[in-house]
Amino acid sequence: MDIELCGISKSFGPVQANQDINLDIRAGEVLGLLGENGAGKSTLMNILSGLYSADSGEILIDGTPAVFAGPGDSIASGIGMVHQHFMLVPVFSVVENVILGVEPTSGPDFLDLQAARAQVQEINTRYGMEVPTDALIEDLPVGIQQRVEILKVLFRSADVLILDEPTAVLTPQEVEEFFTIVRALRDAGKGIVFITHKLHEILEIADRVSVLRQGRIVGQGDPATFSEADLAEMMVGRPVSFSVGRGESTPGDAVLDLAGVSLYDNAREARLVDINLTVHGGEVVGIAGVQGNGQTELVEVITGLSPVTTGEIGFAGEDMTRASVRQRHRMGIAHIPEDRHKSGMVGKFTVAENMVLNSYYDESVTSGVQIDWQRVHARAAAACLSYDVRTPSVFLGAGSLSGGNQQKMVVARELERDVKLIVASQPTRGVDVGSIEYIHQQLIACRDQGNAVLIISSELDEILDLSDRIYVMFEGRIAAEFDNRGAGADRNAIGLAMAGVRQDFVKVVNRGDAA
Amino acid sequence: MNDATRSSEPAMSPDMKALLAPAIDSRSSWRELFILPLAAMFLAMLIGALIMMATSVAPATILQSFIAMAKGSVGSLHAISETLTAAIPLVLAGLGIGLAFRAGLFNIGAEGQMIVGGLAASIASFSITGASIWLHLPLVLLVGLAIGAVYAAIAGLLKAATGAHEVISTIMLNLISIRLLDYMLRQPFIQKEGRSDPISKAVLESAELPRILGFVDANLRLHAGIFVMLAAVAVIYWLLFRSKLGFAFRISGENPGAARYAGIRAGLTIVMAMAIAGALAGLAGAIQVTGVLGRATPGFTAGIGFDAIAVALLGRSHPVGILLAGLLFGALEAGGRQMQVDAGVSIDMISIIQALIIIFVAAPLLVRRIMPFLFPKKPKGGESPEEGADHG
Repeated sequence: MDIELCGISKSFGPVQANQDINLDIRAGEVLGLLGENGAGKSTLMNILSGLYSADSGEILIDGTPAVFAGPGDSIASGIGMVHQHFMLVPVFSVVENVILGVEPTSGPDFLDLQAARAQVQEINTRYGMEVPTDALIEDLPVGIQQRVEILKVLFRSADVLILDEPTAVLTPQEVEEFFTIVRALRDAGKGIVFITHKLHEILEIADRVSVLRQGRIVGQGDPATFSEADLAEMMVGRPVSFSVGRGESTPGDAVLDLAGVSLYDNAREARLVDINLTVHGGEVVGIAGVQGNGQTELVEVITGLSPVTTGEIGFAGEDMTRASVRQRHRMGIAHIPEDRHKSGMVGKFTVAENMVLNSYYDESVTSGVQIDWQRVHARAAAACLSYDVRTPSVFLGAGSLSGGNQQKMVVARELERDVKLIVASQPTRGVDVGSIEYIHQQLIACRDQGNAVLIISSELDEILDLSDRIYVMFEGRIAAEFDNRGAGADRNAIGLAMAGVRQDFVKVVNRGDAA
Repeated sequence: MNDATRSSEPAMSPDMKALLAPAIDSRSSWRELFILPLAAMFLAMLIGALIMMATSVAPATILQSFIAMAKGSVGSLHAISETLTAAIPLVLAGLGIGLAFRAGLFNIGAEGQMIVGGLAASIASFSITGASIWLHLPLVLLVGLAIGAVYAAIAGLLKAATGAHEVISTIMLNLISIRLLDYMLRQPFIQKEGRSDPISKAVLESAELPRILGFVDANLRLHAGIFVMLAAVAVIYWLLFRSKLGFAFRISGENPGAARYAGIRAGLTIVMAMAIAGALAGLAGAIQVTGVLGRATPGFTAGIGFDAIAVALLGRSHPVGILLAGLLFGALEAGGRQMQVDAGVSIDMISIIQALIIIFVAAPLLVRRIMPFLFPKKPKGGESPEEGADHG
């Protein structure tokens, strides 16, 4: 099945999300769709999956115009969308999840699980997905859960699959396995749209690539004819430097020191096990690992959001094991939280209010029990200027800023104070390339001023790019430590540690020193 | 003091001045706050009229009843006095509910908090004798306020300590307060001498809220509680938008994750917000007893604590909005009585209209759809369309 998008335009108020987009999706081909957040990828795919209707233009399926009144029409035409965030019922089995909504029945509306299982198993083996069909979703690793999502759309007889940022949650090894499946699907004649902002993935998997910027297609063609730099420039609209070009670090005294830290949750399950970790001043330490291996909990114990069960946390020579969030804030810990929408900001508050979200009680912005808003506003305006937060006014609701500017606002708030340690969790998640570059530069600048920086990220590239030392977390433990100065750490070895292949703790000596 | 601090800041660049210019389209927020409720009221009256027609009320009577409503609410000094008198407890209790809303708490318990506050105030109002009004009256109001706060704090503590949902616990506390009132009103030291029915002794003159229009006409019931109400509006506005505590409330209400991140102690915030909400409701009860009723009787709160939930919703949990919504509900109340007298239309009609107003206000899109001409499209696009789908 071939799909042709002809002159698709869509606007939201004055915002032109898609403008005159022409796109060919062909059977047996992987189309890479590249673009920053806000470039219009999601809008385009939502049009294709029937959630939005285009203002103008048409969708041709095998040459005949198609009109989608809703997602149901799109699915019926054979278009399947695999969302970035899985939509699975954790306590249901794989088969139950796959058939949910299109259950095969027998007799007077009895669920025919037997037939369902057979059908699911057939698809499963045909594409070599190796999904255990009777396992519960909650028992499966993320990589397998993603395959269940693919099973879902295949079960609904999709001929065209839209994969929205499918590799964001996978380890490097899982990505390889995933690509094998994608190739199998392609070879079976499925059309695949692969949405991503990771350039090397496009180069590896896509047969054709289309680059979106500000709602327009700014480049299409055979990926082989492009370099990563070309693609990045098309995507951002200007040359982009990938590595922050950090100089040699000069580590000073230990600022953060975790000794034997363990954390058990209410169900007495271990979340963190015997974490020993040190971050020195003037050093960036990266925590690599697949999401959900204790990184969130690690950040919580460091910032004081969770009390440790056992172990001690030292900060600049003091014991802060029992210090509250505010005490730690005052001691000089900055915290860029992993999910700005959940905890880093309040969308309905103004930019100025967000700038004092966790320091509104500080003497510098209060007079008695009152907040001195005039001072807050002036300070927020100054911070917006010095941290490149692009907003027309500090009185604008933070929710209406772009993702990149929201994140820069959070970064500005945290770095604007005098701090000794910056805990940056997923500091560039959902942020455009230009802002990523900027935030990375700011973090390195903090390091160069002699501050300790701890970066937690599920993007291995980000960790490799910024860190002087790297710890890998797996199932709540530090699984390995790598030196990333000089020649840099071995990407493959880190990947293996992320996947938990090496159970014993490894400390890899600096390859730069060895050379 | 502000000037001093401002001059200590570095000189402002033009970029910075631009950032400090107001951003919110004042007209659109004005529409939110005023036009929407007015449109909702209009639609509610329209449907009210249709309902009256459906129950075979003659069109002339319907017209007459609406005229009576206007007359009874704002048509004379007496009508205005009645409107304001009815608005006072609604606004006070509404402020408490609105404040709790802002902190993310649904306080259904204003009725019960009013009951215990009013009961305590009535006891204080007759058992302290020989005090001057300057001492006695503030003390009585303070007792109502404090007992209301304590009563609401129970629900807050339950939530903070055990996670019990405040909706359930405040409803239970409401039921307890009703029975408690019945029981207490039969106690010898509370029950009026020589009465067998549950009724409290009368409020002493030194604890009565003075009628402020008494010099015009002794029948004008408007009392000094209106000043307490206006002061409360100002104080709650200050608390929510100027104080540290209010900021913590608002963060907790808008985004509990952010509150945790900011080191705000959730349990303390919950108890504080509930206590303040209960204080306002308790004060409303005390004012109703000392300003209007002169004694506590079973059901003396007359459901005001529940109507106040609607007032808080209608006023969008904003102190000024709540003031206006309280006045509107006060007017409906006063007008409804007149409507019943003049047109013989049941006062239940008022409840229907009130309910319809709430429905329309709770569903602003519906009003926008029905009356699009009142809400021209905003020139600014607002959120980027990618935002919703792409924030992962």
